[in-house]
Amino acid sequence: MTELKANTALPAPQDAAAQTPAPQLDPDAVRARRKRKAVRIVYLVLIYFVMSFLALAMVLPFYWSLITSLRPDSEIYALPITWFPSSFTIEHYTYVFETIPFWNMLANSLITTLVGVFTNLFFGSLAAYAFSKIRFTGHKIIFNIMLLSMMVPGVITLIPTFYVLLHFPFAGGNDILGNGGIGFYDNLGAVILPGCIGVYGIFFMRQFFASLPDDLAESARLDGANDFTIFFRIYLPLVIPGLLTLGIFTFQSGWNNFMWPNIVLQSPQNQLLTMAFKFFKTTLSTDYGPLMAISILMSIPIVIIFILMQKYFIRGVALGGIKD
Amino acid sequence: MQEAQSVSVKKKRKGLTLKAQRNLIGYLFVLPALLIFCIFVLIPLIMSVYLSFFESDMFFLSMEYVGFDNFAQVFQDSLYWTSILNILCYTLMAVPMNIILSMILALLVNSDRRGVKAYRFLFYLPSVTSTVAASTVWLWMMNTSYGLLNDIFALFGLPGGTWLTHSSTALVSVTLVTVWQGVGANMIIFVAALQNMPTQVYEAAKLDGAGPLTIFFRITFPLIAPTMYFILTMTLIGAFQLYDQIYVLTSGGPANATLTPVYLIWQNSFGTNAGRQAGYAAAQAFVLFLIIMIVNLLIRRLDKKVNG
Repeated sequence: MTELKANTALPAPQDAAAQTPAPQLDPDAVRARRKRKAVRIVYLVLIYFVMSFLALAMVLPFYWSLITSLRPDSEIYALPITWFPSSFTIEHYTYVFETIPFWNMLANSLITTLVGVFTNLFFGSLAAYAFSKIRFTGHKIIFNIMLLSMMVPGVITLIPTFYVLLHFPFAGGNDILGNGGIGFYDNLGAVILPGCIGVYGIFFMRQFFASLPDDLAESARLDGANDFTIFFRIYLPLVIPGLLTLGIFTFQSGWNNFMWPNIVLQSPQNQLLTMAFKFFKTTLSTDYGPLMAISILMSIPIVIIFILMQKYFIRGVALGGIKD
Repeated sequence: MQEAQSVSVKKKRKGLTLKAQRNLIGYLFVLPALLIFCIFVLIPLIMSVYLSFFESDMFFLSMEYVGFDNFAQVFQDSLYWTSILNILCYTLMAVPMNIILSMILALLVNSDRRGVKAYRFLFYLPSVTSTVAASTVWLWMMNTSYGLLNDIFALFGLPGGTWLTHSSTALVSVTLVTVWQGVGANMIIFVAALQNMPTQVYEAAKLDGAGPLTIFFRITFPLIAPTMYFILTMTLIGAFQLYDQIYVLTSGGPANATLTPVYLIWQNSFGTNAGRQAGYAAAQAFVLFLIIMIVNLLIRRLDKKVNG
């Protein structure tokens, strides 16, 4: 098709060359240009082929989990494997809803995640603003200690954090010294509190505040505005792209949080969606129909959010994610 | 109301110097973050150091001082070093694979070509989904009897793989899953870096007749090196802490072939092995921290050599 186009286009320049002898239109140049065009087309086809192949590899697991979740067991465990289901059923979904407190888990996941997003964005940018614009005595040391702590693997603090939450004053029947009750054990607070203000968020937002000039605040300060007003009215609106990006990051890590909730949340109605798979995958058996249904149900909210926020996401990373 | 405010301002000006005022406001702004940081990072860290010198349960109840015994035990524990060896093997496979593939993806989608945005979305999709959900899907895909992967192998006339069920293939299979899920995020960061690059340099190089490979190795790569260092460090730190996938896919098996340090430490702290192992688990975690730091320092050295 493209080859044909190149051929039919050929006579015209030659005619033109006959009429007005312009140097760039001699047959050699035309042939060279045609060759270059062909090379470019081959190159393009190759690129799209590679991209499509990779995209297929990326999407295949989604497709496979979707159709597995929608076909009956007799078809899931049948040989030879069929790539398209011949009968549809929602029995795995209804089974999930009957077996586990799904709506509780969904609510728990949403609560822990959304609270985490809010606290991380709000308190994180408050601290980030102070670190980059107020420059109080000792801001460098405190910030560097926080940065260093990012290097520490989370497993180091597992047991002590558990202890701290267990003995949190006034929580879960505890007295002021943190004794007598179970603290935040088996309580969403145990998931929300440790992650509510992350160092990464402070670090991330500081990049954005640092890129804004200091003197934005001066005139407002002369007008008698206090630092809270300056922060909310002047600086915060300017870092909204950063907030959106950090919001997506935080939502994602909250939504995917597994290890720590799995340690501190005991009763099913207090657990998160990420722990739901444990009901269908035991040491004795693995029930793939419901498992795939859960995977699909878990992926829907985050995929929707990503589709809605995609634009801000890439821009935010470009603006603030990688300067050092 | 207004009067009261102005009075309070005056009082403040009289009572506090400007510097003191700034300090007060600054600390007020960071107070919530500082509080949470102290309670859930700093104090637990100190407690963990303390714990590592004791034989204790996870409730800090019956503690017995053992000095450096826990650390000595770590260095003699063959299971621990198996897990370290596993994670080193995994890192050596997963990190280069992740970075090279995400770089290629970024180069592919960093253009205005038609449909590129859709591809970018598809490449990023696995990174969006939860590790646990993705791992259960791959567990199913890698099923040796009914799995899709072996079916694809059969399509090309290849014998079925053992995937997660054999000690020789399990770690590679886990790597496949994590790379599949991890490349999208790094691709986005690479794309961001590529879009920040000066276009004139490329135009000049093209005018000078440089081919795409020359352009990549002579221009793109040096310019992108700081981003590369950032991604390398982050991916490494993440790789050393592999846990979720192991929990879902293999539980550390078969025959400890996919046992990772974090999984082992979790087992000693809260899992089936837990008991009076809390202090020992803390010691194991600190040795892991040390190893991560050493690897990071090596990378930083390398970065200094390359980037100056």
